[in-house]
Amino acid sequence: MSAPLLRVRDLATHFFTRAGVLKAVDGVSFDLSAGEILGLVGESGSGKSVTGYSLLGLIDPPGRIVAGSIRLHDQELIGLPPAALRDLRGRRLAMVFQDPMTTLNPVLTIAAQMQLALGAHERVSARAGRARAADVLTRVGIPDAARRLDAYPHQFSGGMRQRVAIAVALLNRPDVIVADEPTTALDVSIQAQILAEMKALVRDLGTALIWISHDLAVVSALASRILVMYAGRIVEQGPTATVLRAPRHPYTGGLLDSLPSRAAPGQTLQQIPGLPPTLAALPAGCAFHPRCARADVACQVAPETTLAGTRGWRCHHPLAEPAP
Amino acid sequence: MLGFLIQRFLQAIVVLVVIAGLVFAGVFAIGNPIDVLISPDATQQIRLDTIARYGLDQPLWQQYLAFLGRLAQGDFGRSFVFNMPVLDLILSRLPATLELTLAAVIGATVLGVPLGMFAGYRPDSRVARLLMGLSILGFSVPTFWIGLVLILVFAVTLGWLPAGGRGETLSVFGVEWSFLTWDGLQHLLLPAINLSLFKLAMMMRLARAGTREIILTDTVKFARASGQSEWTILRHHVLPLISIPIVTVFGLEFGSTLAFAVVTETIFSWPGLGKLIIESIQSLDRPVMVAYLMLVAFLFIAINFLIDIAYAALDPRIRARR
Repeated sequence: MSAPLLRVRDLATHFFTRAGVLKAVDGVSFDLSAGEILGLVGESGSGKSVTGYSLLGLIDPPGRIVAGSIRLHDQELIGLPPAALRDLRGRRLAMVFQDPMTTLNPVLTIAAQMQLALGAHERVSARAGRARAADVLTRVGIPDAARRLDAYPHQFSGGMRQRVAIAVALLNRPDVIVADEPTTALDVSIQAQILAEMKALVRDLGTALIWISHDLAVVSALASRILVMYAGRIVEQGPTATVLRAPRHPYTGGLLDSLPSRAAPGQTLQQIPGLPPTLAALPAGCAFHPRCARADVACQVAPETTLAGTRGWRCHHPLAEPAP
Repeated sequence: MLGFLIQRFLQAIVVLVVIAGLVFAGVFAIGNPIDVLISPDATQQIRLDTIARYGLDQPLWQQYLAFLGRLAQGDFGRSFVFNMPVLDLILSRLPATLELTLAAVIGATVLGVPLGMFAGYRPDSRVARLLMGLSILGFSVPTFWIGLVLILVFAVTLGWLPAGGRGETLSVFGVEWSFLTWDGLQHLLLPAINLSLFKLAMMMRLARAGTREIILTDTVKFARASGQSEWTILRHHVLPLISIPIVTVFGLEFGSTLAFAVVTETIFSWPGLGKLIIESIQSLDRPVMVAYLMLVAFLFIAINFLIDIAYAALDPRIRARR
C-alpha cells in the first residue's frame, strides 16, 4: 500500500471546562489513503465529530488539541500557524456539516457564498467564479445550476441545500472531505440519493472522504473501511464488510445487534444496556465495561489495541472470530 | 411588493388622521385659545370677531373637520410669535437639526458597530471589557451633564471648540448648512458628540450581542471550514446577519433624535427644531406646536417605512414573504 494521504497518530483533543477536563478525543490513530472512503461511527458524545473538527483545526475554546500528530502528505498540521492552517482549509481539507439549514448564510446568494469560498484561496474574477461554481453545482446534481446561482438558500429544499454545501466543500478540489453526518437531517429517500452521488463524486475526483455517522447502515453502504469510536477512543477498526460480519469488540457487536434490520419482524429490538458514559465521569479502565456482558476484573485496566492484519480492536475479551 | 406599498400608504393615512385627532384634542379643544389670542382688556366686539375668525363658535366636530381640511392642504396657519407661516418657520429650522442628528446617528453607527463587533468577537479581551464598561457610562450619565462637561472642558478650559451656535453656514439650494464650512464643522462637533454618546453605547451593545450569537453558528464554522479569513467572515457573513436590529435602532434613534434633541440644542444654543418647540410651548404658540407634532408623526411613519424597505433589501427571506 502506498504512503497514506492523511496519517493521524495519538490525537487527543480535550475541553477544559469548569466541570473538569473532558477528554473528547483521547488517543485516536488512523490512516487515510487517497480516494478512500472511511466511516467513523459512534454514538453522540463518542468524539467522532470532535475528531473531524480537530483534523481541520476548527476546535473552539475551551477545547484544544493537546497531543498527537496529523500529517497531510508530509506536512504536520498540529502546531501550524493559524494563517497556514486557514489556507489548508477548503483547499486541501474541507468539511460538510450536519444541518444544511444552518450552514449556508441565509442573506447571501449561492454565487456570493461560493465566490467567498473561492476567494479565500485565489484571486478569481466574478465571471470565472460563477463559471466554476456553476460547474461544481452541476456535478453535485443541481439542475439548471447557472440560473440557480442567484438564488438564496431559503429557495432550496434541505437536500438541495446540502448539495450546495457539498459543492462549496468541493469547490477548491480538496484532498480530503470530512462529512459530519451530512445526511442525518434529511429524508431517507434524499439520504440514499446523496449517498450514491457522494460515492460517485469522490470516485471521479479522487477525493478521500471521512464519513462521520452514528448510523451503521449508512456507513456500511458507503465506506470501504470503518472506525468505531467509544468515549473518545477507537475501539474497533477494519474493512467494513469484515467488521459488520464478524465484530470483535462487544460494543460493535451490540451496535450491530440493535440495528432494526437485524431483528425479526414483531420482535423487540435489541439494545445495549445502560447509557454512554459522560465524558466528565468516565469509568476507569475500559470505558465500555459497565455496559458489557463480558467484562471482568481485567477490564479495570484500559486495553491496548490488538492489531491483526487489517483489523484492530481494543478489548480484553474480544468476541470470537467465527469459523470461516 | 406593490400591495405592500399600498397597504403601508393606507396605514400611514389612518395613523396621521388619528394623530391629528389627538393633536386637535390636546392643543385646540383643551382650554380656551381666545384667552391667549387677545388681551384680557379687549372689547366684546373684538372678542366675538376673533372667535368667528378662528371658527371657535362652530361645534367641535366641525372645527375638527376644518382643521383636517387645512392640514390636508398643507396649511398649518401662522405662528403667533414670529408672525410667519408655520411651515416656513419649521422648514427653516429643520436643516440645523437634521445635520446635527445625522452627524450624531451616523457617527455613533460607524464607530459603534465595528467596536461592538470587536467586543463580540473577542469578548474576553481587555479592550472589550473596557468598551463594555464605557458603554454603561454612555447609557447612564445624563445628556445635559455630559453636554455641560464637554463645554467646560473643550470650550472653556481648553478653548479648542466653540461652546454654542451654528457658526458659519454655507447656503446650498437656499438651505443653510454648517457642516460645509470649517467653522460650522467645529460648532457641530461638540453637540454631535453629546447627542451620539448614548447611541454609540447602544450600537456597541447591539453589535456585540449580535456578533457573539452569530460567531457561534454553523454558518461561521462552515465559512471557516472553507478557509475564509476571520476578517472576511466578520465583514461578509457576520455584518449582514447582524444588520437588521442595527438598522431598526438606527431608524428609531434617528427619528427620536430629530424630534427630541431638545436638551442638547438648548445647552449648545443650536437653533434647531428642539429649541423652537420649547420656545413655542413657553409662548403658547399653538400653530407651531400642532405643525411640529404632525411633522414628528409624519417623520416616524416615513422612517418606519424606510426601515421596512431596508429589511427587504437586507434579508431575502423577508423579501420573499411579500
